[in-house]
Amino acid sequence: MPTRNGVADAHLTDEQIDALGEELDAIRAGVVDTLGEADAHYIRTVVRVQRGLEAGGRTLLLFSRVPAAWVAGTAALSVAKILENMELGHNILHGQWDWMRDPDIHSTTWEWDHASPSEMWKRSHNYEHHTFTNVRGKDRDLGYAIMRITPEQPWHPAYLLQPIYNLGLSAFFEWAIAIYDIEFDRVQEGTKSWDEAKAEMKTIWRKARKQLAKDYILFPLLSGRGAVSTLTANATAALVRNVWSHAVIFCGHFPDGVETFDEARLDGESRGQWYIRQLLGSANLTGGPLFHIMTGNLSHQIEHHLFPDVPSNRYHEIAPLVRDVCRRYGLPYSAGSLPRQYGTVLRRLARLAFPGGHKRYGGSPAPVRKLRPRTGVRLPPVTRRAA
Amino acid sequence: MAPLARRVLAAARALTTPLLPEDFVSVWRPLRSKRAPGARVVDVRHETGDATTLLLRPGAPLPAHRPGQFVGLGVQVDGVWTWRSYSITSRPGDPLLAVTVTAVPGGLVSTRLAHGTRPGTLVRISEPAGDFTLPAATPEKLLFVTAGSGITPVMGMLRTLAATQPAVLEGAVHVHSDRTAADVVFGPELRAVAARTGLRLVERHTATAGRLDPDSLTDLVPDWAAREAWACGPTEMLDDLTDHWARAGDPAALHVERFRPPTWDDATGTGGRVTFAASGVSADAAEGQPLMAAGEAAGALLPAGCRMGICHTCVGPLRSGAVRDLITGDTHDTAGEAVRTCVSAPLGDVTIDL
Repeated sequence: MPTRNGVADAHLTDEQIDALGEELDAIRAGVVDTLGEADAHYIRTVVRVQRGLEAGGRTLLLFSRVPAAWVAGTAALSVAKILENMELGHNILHGQWDWMRDPDIHSTTWEWDHASPSEMWKRSHNYEHHTFTNVRGKDRDLGYAIMRITPEQPWHPAYLLQPIYNLGLSAFFEWAIAIYDIEFDRVQEGTKSWDEAKAEMKTIWRKARKQLAKDYILFPLLSGRGAVSTLTANATAALVRNVWSHAVIFCGHFPDGVETFDEARLDGESRGQWYIRQLLGSANLTGGPLFHIMTGNLSHQIEHHLFPDVPSNRYHEIAPLVRDVCRRYGLPYSAGSLPRQYGTVLRRLARLAFPGGHKRYGGSPAPVRKLRPRTGVRLPPVTRRAA
Repeated sequence: MAPLARRVLAAARALTTPLLPEDFVSVWRPLRSKRAPGARVVDVRHETGDATTLLLRPGAPLPAHRPGQFVGLGVQVDGVWTWRSYSITSRPGDPLLAVTVTAVPGGLVSTRLAHGTRPGTLVRISEPAGDFTLPAATPEKLLFVTAGSGITPVMGMLRTLAATQPAVLEGAVHVHSDRTAADVVFGPELRAVAARTGLRLVERHTATAGRLDPDSLTDLVPDWAAREAWACGPTEMLDDLTDHWARAGDPAALHVERFRPPTWDDATGTGGRVTFAASGVSADAAEGQPLMAAGEAAGALLPAGCRMGICHTCVGPLRSGAVRDLITGDTHDTAGEAVRTCVSAPLGDVTIDL
């Protein structure tokens, strides 16, 4: 029987949900009101570091026949590609930095080093995924249309191979996202025309071929006799970036403790309920400041999903506030280290390759860390929601 | 461009795709950016207590300006790129471009620029624009009426005329109002130009003589109607002069520069939801708040120039709804009609193709 509330928020009344919404709105306003020169300096610095690493890495790789140059160049280029896609591309395309009114760093002018053209990706990601987060049948990011990641999805023998093709997805993640954005699944079910899909394929190809030429033809040719080693270096950097971003992104929504929702949840969803769905549908990664930057601050997936257009450098400072809200309202706040969370993702993919599956994968309450109410904080009255 | 240079550039682009080579260059050499042209403040000259001249060297040469035109200067205020227009006071062809900024009480940008600019500061700059200029053939009988910081565009004209055709200044009249003699921006230079060329300079010190009105102007310059006039100063003065020329003279012989962005304290629009169709941004405009101000506050990147209804850089076609032009007071409600977003306030919900 589908219910409006999920499992973990079943105890909250409408009034409590509204109050929670207001508290989260206030957290957002607290950040937006204080955006200023320090934030602008931060993003400009990341741009500068990224461009420096990219230029430096590619220069080193012109001498890629020297083993040390290959290693250092590949490392610099890998980090540059990760920063470019995650802390810069993803976040700028979300409009997090539009407030600066800088045409150089703006969601409408930015293009990224990714197979998917920014315009196409913004639609599938910013609108579809962020609006319908973790709603089964609506959020196409749930399993990327090819994986069974909740027991509610009907089983099919093809899923037996999903632990294997997840490896391929990981290695070619940027291409998978570009292809996924064409929505072949919708073409198949007849809700999207072939012509539209073909036009989009052309758009992707027009952009992607330039990317391919740069990494796999032009820079290798410039390296002269080191052509092959530069090609392997560039392919390695792309692989590192793909595997890393796949891991971080899968840990955002698919580890244990993250809830998925029935479509009925969307009916008349209030702002507070929307916030709660984002909260319950996301999980954070723990780590140090450098780790957060390298994940594009998607390690703060919960904060990102609550406030997708708040600049990423601020997520770490609001995380304790959001966590406190969760504690006071008795909601889970899912967080763990990358190895731990990714382990649960892989285990889930393996288990759900077979029919059935425990309902802890998505339906049931998360393994919540016992949260002790802080003394002196008045808890909002918690009553069971009337049936 | 030579074919070789074009090929080199194409090759560089292929190596930096999806970015442009300049995206890399501009990280270390911000003045080289073509998307956001910049200029370095080479020197700062304090003219009076609240007026400062900035001497600028643009990163890439700007198109030559005509005396009387302005440029937009962009500065980052609390991380937000904020633009204002300032008159050019240097002559075309001078090695450095001079703009003179007067700190407006409560003005965020002008105060910082006038009081807080150090040599070496980088600003962003837009191309010269504006119609407040002398015609190609300089009229024989000139009249300039200025007040306060309204002197700046006229100073650009006077400096150019004094250097290139001083003869036309002989017999020209310049009536300038300011609070006291010490408040007159470029006061000593104006007086020197007058002494050298035969320009008749009439300084009116409003602290003692009161504000200039059309009657006192006709007393000071009896042959005003026979002159081609350029006027710049506070809105009330310009309104008075415009009425006067419309009533008793040839309105085509009066050129005015309204050098203030429109204020929307006294509400002249009802406000409403503004949708920028091409940008995909919606914003709520307060009563009398222009479309541009509302859109930018919501993060939209809109075409913008002078931001005071002069240059028409910001116009966009209305798709639906109605707006009021805060300068003319006209209502525009025809779909497809081009409106100036910087000075048009919504009358209810509006969609515009920007």
